[in-house]
Amino acid sequence: MSATYTGPKVCLWTLDHPDPASLETYVANGGYEALKKILAEKTPAEQIIEQVKLSALRGRGGAGFPTGLKWSFMPRNFEGDKYVVCNSDEGEPGTFKDRDIIEFNPHQLIEGMVIAGYTLGAKVGYNYIHGEIFELYESWEKALEEARAAGYLGTNILGSGWDFDLHAHQGYGAYICGEETALLESIEGKKGQPRFKPPFPASYGLYGKPTTINNTETLASIPWIMRHGGQAFLDLGKPNNGGTKLFSISGHVNKPGNYEIPLGTPFADLLEMAGGVRNGHKLKAVIPGGSSAPVLPAEIMMELTMDFDAIAKAGSMLGSGAVIVMDETTCMVKALERLSYFYYEESCGQCTPCREGTGWMYRVVHRIEHGQGRPEDLDLLLSVGKNIAGRTICALGDAAVGPVQSFIKHFRQEFEYHIEHKKCLVGS
Amino acid sequence: MPVITIDDKQIEVAAGATVMEAAHELGIYIPHFCYHKKLSIAANCRMCLVEVEKAPKPLPACATPVTDGMVVRSHSEKAVEAQKGVMEFLLINHPLDCPICDQGGECTLQDIAMGYGGVASRYAEPKRVVREKDLGPLVATDMTRCIHCSRCVRFGQEIAGIMELGMPGRGEHTEVMPFLEHHVSSELSGNVIDLCPVGALTSKPFRFNARPWELSRRKTISPHDGLGSNMALHVKDNRVMRTTPVENEAINECWLADRDRYSYEALNSDERLLKPMVKEGSHWVELDWHKALLQAVGSLKMILETHGPEAIGFLAMPHQTVEELHLFQKLARALGSENIDFRIDRSDFAGTLAGTPWLGMPVVEVNNLDRVLLVGSSVRKEQPLIAQRLRQAVKAGAQLNLVSVVDEDLLCSVANKMIGKPSALVGLLAQVAKAVGAPMAETLPPDCIVSDAARAIADSLMSGEHKAVLLGHLAQLHPNASELHALAQAIAQATGATLGVPAASANSVGAGVVNCLPGEGGLNAGRMFAEPRKAYVILGAEPDLGAGDTAAAHQALESAELVIALSPFKSPLMDYTHVMLPAAAYAETAGSYVSMEGRLQSFRAAVPPQGEARPAWKVLRVLGNQLGLAGFDQDSAEQVLAEALPGGEAAVRARLNNDITGVAVTHLNAADGIERLGDTPIYQLDIYTRRAPALQATDDGQSAHAARACGDLIARLGLTADKPVRVRQGSAETVMKLVRDDRLPDNVVRVAGSLPAVIMFGPRFGAISLEKM
Repeated sequence: MSATYTGPKVCLWTLDHPDPASLETYVANGGYEALKKILAEKTPAEQIIEQVKLSALRGRGGAGFPTGLKWSFMPRNFEGDKYVVCNSDEGEPGTFKDRDIIEFNPHQLIEGMVIAGYTLGAKVGYNYIHGEIFELYESWEKALEEARAAGYLGTNILGSGWDFDLHAHQGYGAYICGEETALLESIEGKKGQPRFKPPFPASYGLYGKPTTINNTETLASIPWIMRHGGQAFLDLGKPNNGGTKLFSISGHVNKPGNYEIPLGTPFADLLEMAGGVRNGHKLKAVIPGGSSAPVLPAEIMMELTMDFDAIAKAGSMLGSGAVIVMDETTCMVKALERLSYFYYEESCGQCTPCREGTGWMYRVVHRIEHGQGRPEDLDLLLSVGKNIAGRTICALGDAAVGPVQSFIKHFRQEFEYHIEHKKCLVGS
Repeated sequence: MPVITIDDKQIEVAAGATVMEAAHELGIYIPHFCYHKKLSIAANCRMCLVEVEKAPKPLPACATPVTDGMVVRSHSEKAVEAQKGVMEFLLINHPLDCPICDQGGECTLQDIAMGYGGVASRYAEPKRVVREKDLGPLVATDMTRCIHCSRCVRFGQEIAGIMELGMPGRGEHTEVMPFLEHHVSSELSGNVIDLCPVGALTSKPFRFNARPWELSRRKTISPHDGLGSNMALHVKDNRVMRTTPVENEAINECWLADRDRYSYEALNSDERLLKPMVKEGSHWVELDWHKALLQAVGSLKMILETHGPEAIGFLAMPHQTVEELHLFQKLARALGSENIDFRIDRSDFAGTLAGTPWLGMPVVEVNNLDRVLLVGSSVRKEQPLIAQRLRQAVKAGAQLNLVSVVDEDLLCSVANKMIGKPSALVGLLAQVAKAVGAPMAETLPPDCIVSDAARAIADSLMSGEHKAVLLGHLAQLHPNASELHALAQAIAQATGATLGVPAASANSVGAGVVNCLPGEGGLNAGRMFAEPRKAYVILGAEPDLGAGDTAAAHQALESAELVIALSPFKSPLMDYTHVMLPAAAYAETAGSYVSMEGRLQSFRAAVPPQGEARPAWKVLRVLGNQLGLAGFDQDSAEQVLAEALPGGEAAVRARLNNDITGVAVTHLNAADGIERLGDTPIYQLDIYTRRAPALQATDDGQSAHAARACGDLIARLGLTADKPVRVRQGSAETVMKLVRDDRLPDNVVRVAGSLPAVIMFGPRFGAISLEKM
């Protein structure tokens, strides 16, 4: 078992070079070759989508939806504007990978978006950048300028006669704007609130036009797939889970940070790469895919491989790849209180179950944590959660319920102790 | 067309229809709060979640399109569980104090909670409290009760045309509020009260005055603009407590203009005339009906004997009923006078009309227009719900063109416009007539040069299929109204458009149809004032306030030997009257109105007349008897109507015609200097609106009392906006607040007609000056 991954990387390979973000570094290492080839050969869109399907690239923003399939939903013969939107509104607690792509390999994202635009018939793309990483907005704009100056972006790209331009859009930090239709509303200058679906963005998206929205890491993976082929990408990972994936490890590990490893890598290896649990403590629990993903206890996690299917089978989600590690000193009630507060604060307030339910759940957990729990509270929490899940306009409701249900499922004893003894089991 | 099964009942619906619509067709009720048939789909309340076969989770009926073969269960265990779950969430932060809520008893939340709410709350945490918002004098708030359905917000955006309410804040902190602490000033604002499914938005004047179960609802027709909105008067102890819309898709849909909703306050005004009164010397004396009528009849006979019938003028207000207007003109004619008119506010009576002017089409057709030319109109303030229909037409792609004296914000996109001072209006419209190649344009002088804007309007009107040229109230008041009418007619003919004259008052059309107009040798309203009569009989009140030339009217009435008024109100302004006979107000009498589309609508009295007031048709009948005239023995309003319009609505239609002949278009050149624009403000339209305190307190009510001019004119005159200014017209002057209004063209000062403060000013249009204080 090796504690490092030395194979090919898809997204953050530029970090092995002295000036990772520069156009020179990118071009010197095969950057924009895929675009050149596509434009020179006028590769049919169907062929590109075939390769993306073959690669088993799945959405890196959290849902893990097959990208090739999503691309095939765009109406081919639609007359008029279509859009490609990159979702860099990285708001899922624990996730900090997309910012590194924008910071350290912006041109691969640009190339990915240009290829997406070509494939999907869009002339304009937007990159929606999370409000709290505003400094990257500047560097992204700089990269766009470089790409335009070099002929990779703008009018008559690489002399092909084909035009595509990209714009950055600065978010203001609302979690809900990471939801794709709320993101579209926000770009349109409206209050960031999810739309009811159907219609889906592929038929009624930005400004009412067909739109494809992909995560930053997803789009940044496209040039690699086009250069090396869908099969090569698939071979990096495991069946139905192609490629390498960025994992943002945070919490009680010695070396928190982003790790790009093949999908299917055992969690134990990833934990080792991250330097293991801090201070020699015992691992207690892991949230494997960002705060919305149900928590899993250590004994389950240590048996799992890090890929969409394995983690789903274990009852959680790979999500955005944000791995939150908690050691034995963690009070699970307090951890849940913090998570529930997040969803209470970030609920957009549009639809009833989420607006009212997230606050209710938070207040109950808060009471339990502060020694005012009641015996009926746990069943109440589960019941409230049941009334939220699946009844809201977007997935935020489900995301808020996931932690509550899983924390109680796996650590019920700890909650009961809190209620009964008005204090914490951990450290007492 | 897809077939859907809901609760074991099958129905075929149009493609694109939602489950909610299909359920409605089937008569199945699915509980809901945010859904409203006239508003866009929000799907935010989640109350209408239903079980859909093959769907993994419950779906909102309001937003789920029907697919062929869909099977829905709206009352299954799964559906009801979801609905009850939502109900619980709605109630956790909602105050459960219905006994002290003004909505109690007519609250959708309360009603649905009876079916889906729990017996006790499981929520034991502190409840949310939301700060009140000031929405102005019409709508009261109790924002803690808000359930965030967003109906009020969508109403503003989609129906009223102006987003005055929004929902800033996130999650639990989301609040409905006006932006930047502005009031809600839309002329349709009261509709949010009906839309609000809880007690968050309620009627300010009505608040805490009655419980819904104490009120009886009596249908009537709006006494204001000529739309004929259907409405219900809510009555308690013989007093009208509030007004709500009665749905009529062909007229007002489910809406009501604020003017219709709040004017009931005037019914209970301190200025109600409760007993017959006669003037003895300079004193007013109350008499019983018998003596008062004797005196009225005696004095009238004396005038007849000494001066003859042509010395009497008969003036009626256009919000009086068909029955009253019919008996009124009958009385005048029986006495031998042809001096009869209801067109008090007009200045120009030239030309020959082929019939009674009307909208020229059914009201619902307004929505289907694709090309419209609006001439001299503040349609939002003249007929707020016609403006709403025009807005929907524009939203559906219609091109709205405007030729007017003020660049009114119509709250929708205007394709082309020509705005000029009042004296320029004929010239502007003549350009359009010339541009569309109207035959009459050949008679126009060569210096009528077609501008680019006129060309653009012409191009717009030459295209399209459903077109109309609408002559607004400002055009009807204009000193060259007949020339505008003739030009509008020429444009309509040349472009294949329908000419429409939207009625400004509830029964303008009815008054014309029953011939409340001067006959052979008779004087029109303008001449009755310009050539003062010895005596006047007034049906209604305050003819001078609304007159085309208020000064002439007021002086004529002051100098008359006898003025008899059948009026619901008394006021110091009407001190010129000699005999005041208390007439029933609009809610207190049976009668009929003819709307602008020629629809004859009858109604009954909702409350008995206040004091000793009597329905005016009865008073006229008795007057006829006492004057010894034949044909005044009707026993009911129905009998009067049958006599007035024997053919009913068919008789009305036969008399509707917008054709005008005998008009020479000559006023093509604008006058020099500063001109007055003396419009009729929305809440000064009639004797009721003028006495409705809440309406008067609105932004529209208040701004009517200011003198308004554009910034350029204010600067050029060295004046300061928002400061008092001396306004002078002719020999009259007064001090008004000067308000900057850049929607007015240069050299125009808007000083409304119908204001007591400027009654001595004279014509609504004419030279006016502003001077520094």
